[in-house]
Amino acid sequence: MRINGEDYTGSPGMTIQQLLQQRGHDPQRVAVEKNGQIVPRARFAEEELHADDVLEIVQFVGGG
Amino acid sequence: MYLTKEELHNALVERHGADIQQKLDRASVGIAGLGGLGSNIAVHLARLGVGRLVLVDFDTVEVSNLNRQHYTMKEIGVPKTLALLEQLEAINPYLQYEPHTERIIPTNAARLFADCDVVCEAFDRADQKAMLTETLLERLPDTPIVSGSGMAGYGSANLMRTERRFGHLYVCGDGISDIADGIGLMAPRVALCAAQQATMVLRLLLGQTEP
Repeated sequence: MRINGEDYTGSPGMTIQQLLQQRGHDPQRVAVEKNGQIVPRARFAEEELHADDVLEIVQFVGGG
Repeated sequence: MYLTKEELHNALVERHGADIQQKLDRASVGIAGLGGLGSNIAVHLARLGVGRLVLVDFDTVEVSNLNRQHYTMKEIGVPKTLALLEQLEAINPYLQYEPHTERIIPTNAARLFADCDVVCEAFDRADQKAMLTETLLERLPDTPIVSGSGMAGYGSANLMRTERRFGHLYVCGDGISDIADGIGLMAPRVALCAAQQATMVLRLLLGQTEP
C-alpha cells in the first residue's frame, strides 16, 4: 500500500488501528484518509487494509 | 476618531484593491478555538475586512494565556469570545461577528461552521485537532480546513510551513514541536503559525488552493 506518498508493506487484512500501532501513532491524535475518504476514528479498529490502498495519515502535535 | 463604514471600507479598498476587497467582504470564516492561534488569526482576518467571522471558544481568559494570546490583563476572567469581540469591534465594527461561547464537539461542529467558506482549526490539544479535522472533513467535505500543528518553543521560524494534506486540509507549523514534550508555547512562533493560517485562509478566499 501507499502511505503518505511512500510504499509500505503491511500484513494483509490488518486494520487501521493495527497499522497505527505498528507505526507508533496515537490513534487519538491522527486523522486518516483512505482512498480519498476520511475514516472516522470509530472505524479504525474494523477498517481493513489491502495492498492497493492509498492512505494519508496526518499526525497532530499539541499547542495553540 | 471614528470612521464611518464607507470611510473604513474605502481605506481597505485603497490598500487591497477593489476586486480583492469585494471577495473578502463576502467571505465567511470560522475559527475553532480562540487561544494563541485563534485570537491572532481573528485579528488578522478582521484587519483584512473578512465579512463574517464565526468565533467559537468555551473558555475564559486566564493569566497563563497572556504570554501568547491576544488578550490583556483587564480581560482575565472574561469569556474569550467576548474579550475578542470587543477588540475586533475596535478594529472594524462593521463586520459581522458571530461569537459562540460553547465547547466544540462532534455533534455541534458541523452546525456551527455550516455556512463558512473556510474553517481554522485553532485548538490547543492534539486529540481535539484530530477530532475537529475528522468531523468537519466528514460532515462538511467541501469546506477547506486550515490547521496549526507544531509551533511550541523557539526553534527556527524557517522550519514553519504550510502543507496541503488530503484534498481540503492545510496544516501550518513545523509539525513536530509538541507541548507534550515539555516545550513551552511562546508568543513569536504561535503568532507566526497564526499568520500562516491567516495567509492560507486569504489565499483560499482569493481562489488560490496551493499553499
